[in-house]
Amino acid sequence: MRVNFTVNGRPQQADDVWEGESLLYVLRERMGLPGSKNACEQGECGSCTVRLDNVPVCACLVAAGQAEGRDVVTVEGLAEFAERRDATAPGGPEQGSGTGLDEARRWQPGPGGSTPLAPVQQAFIDAGAVQCGFCTPGLLVAADELLERNPEPSDADIREALSGNLCRCTGYEKILDAVRLAAARTGEEG
Amino acid sequence: MDFLRPAGWREALAAKAEHPTAVPIAGGTDVMVEINFDHRRPDVLLDLNRVAELTEWEVGERTVRLGAGVPYTRIIEELRTELPGLALASHTVGSPQIRNRGTVGGNLGAASPAGDSHPALLAAGAEVEVESVRGTRMIPVEEFYTGVKRNALEPDELIRAVHIQKAEGPQQFSKVGTRNAMVIAVCAFAVALHPRTRTVRTGIGSAAPTPIRARAAEDFLNAALADGGFWDSGAIITPSVARQFAELCAGACNPIDDVRGSAAYRRHAVSVMARRTLGWTWQAYREGNGRTVQCA
Repeated sequence: MRVNFTVNGRPQQADDVWEGESLLYVLRERMGLPGSKNACEQGECGSCTVRLDNVPVCACLVAAGQAEGRDVVTVEGLAEFAERRDATAPGGPEQGSGTGLDEARRWQPGPGGSTPLAPVQQAFIDAGAVQCGFCTPGLLVAADELLERNPEPSDADIREALSGNLCRCTGYEKILDAVRLAAARTGEEG
Repeated sequence: MDFLRPAGWREALAAKAEHPTAVPIAGGTDVMVEINFDHRRPDVLLDLNRVAELTEWEVGERTVRLGAGVPYTRIIEELRTELPGLALASHTVGSPQIRNRGTVGGNLGAASPAGDSHPALLAAGAEVEVESVRGTRMIPVEEFYTGVKRNALEPDELIRAVHIQKAEGPQQFSKVGTRNAMVIAVCAFAVALHPRTRTVRTGIGSAAPTPIRARAAEDFLNAALADGGFWDSGAIITPSVARQFAELCAGACNPIDDVRGSAAYRRHAVSVMARRTLGWTWQAYREGNGRTVQCA
């Protein structure tokens, strides 16, 4: 089966998709976007969290065919997605061009990277919220959506929003710090 | 495997009639787990995400007609006044990601005894609207669960909606698990006060082969509250009455020992939840706010 959908702002097409395949498998194995992690495959860990028509979901529990015609944002497109959101927020007509697959695959971390990081990504680095890094992409997508919805979250709000994302390294304290930091920085700018 | 994408309800019913073995998929939070783990290889998947009617609800005089595909998040955010017990139960489902996709229709379709919405539906009073190309049936939710992960659906039928009585009194939901998120219930309990009919209804999850009402406990309590004039006086329920109610709720259970908990623990926990949730709802009734206490 063929699936047509938008990934990180650009139209994409996946061919020879098995009907029982998950959106996560299509993203990782057919689009070459391994940012969304494959761990529990049962919605327990949140490491595959993506936005599906803006809603945070576990990509492992979305059948590929259900993504037909829909809009998906993965961690690879998060920086551009956040930038576009900030640019359009005050009413500016500026529309980003999305993140292409090649660009996403070539992406390198560090100051030399081509795309600046999303505020929540920079905050995770600055707060030391990343250890092994496996849970990080899912947490970034979930945390970014929280701050979009609720720019000044309470600690309880943060815990609730991230309750579907497991981290076995950090003990979560620095992750909470990172989300507070991202919220505080956004507040200063605003 | 075939993947069918009906664009509307009529088309979905026609597809189900033509492919009775097709497995309906909405949020995917149960079906995709089974496929990912190779526990199930349906020959046809019937995607209901494109059927817009299923994601709508109508608030009527006495009931809410909740489309089978309304995600838990919408119930929590938009129906907590009309359906407080179901909103509390919905809030304990999985995680935000799961609640964004999972639906009450899916919970009914899977008919797991551990499904979080079942106790709340039983306590509030609900009927399941099922439909096929042959016509529509309304099934009282008590009769919908027929066994472990079995329900009253015929092979050509789909769940269209659930008609749930609007709350006319306080409701509560309580669930035992190891943490506050991502928990399959060890056991769960829901209670709803119905001041108009002066009755109390219950729902128990994960403590019998199907979700059940504790009917003997309801009968006992209804009689005790009527005899003692409690609905009029608003007096505190006598501790011995609450205790007896709790014991009868535990007695309604027919639990098993499994990895999540022992049968004895489940019975005990149900009695504790029954006593506490009755106390919370009755307190709210006495205070006259008629609505639900927000803690669970």
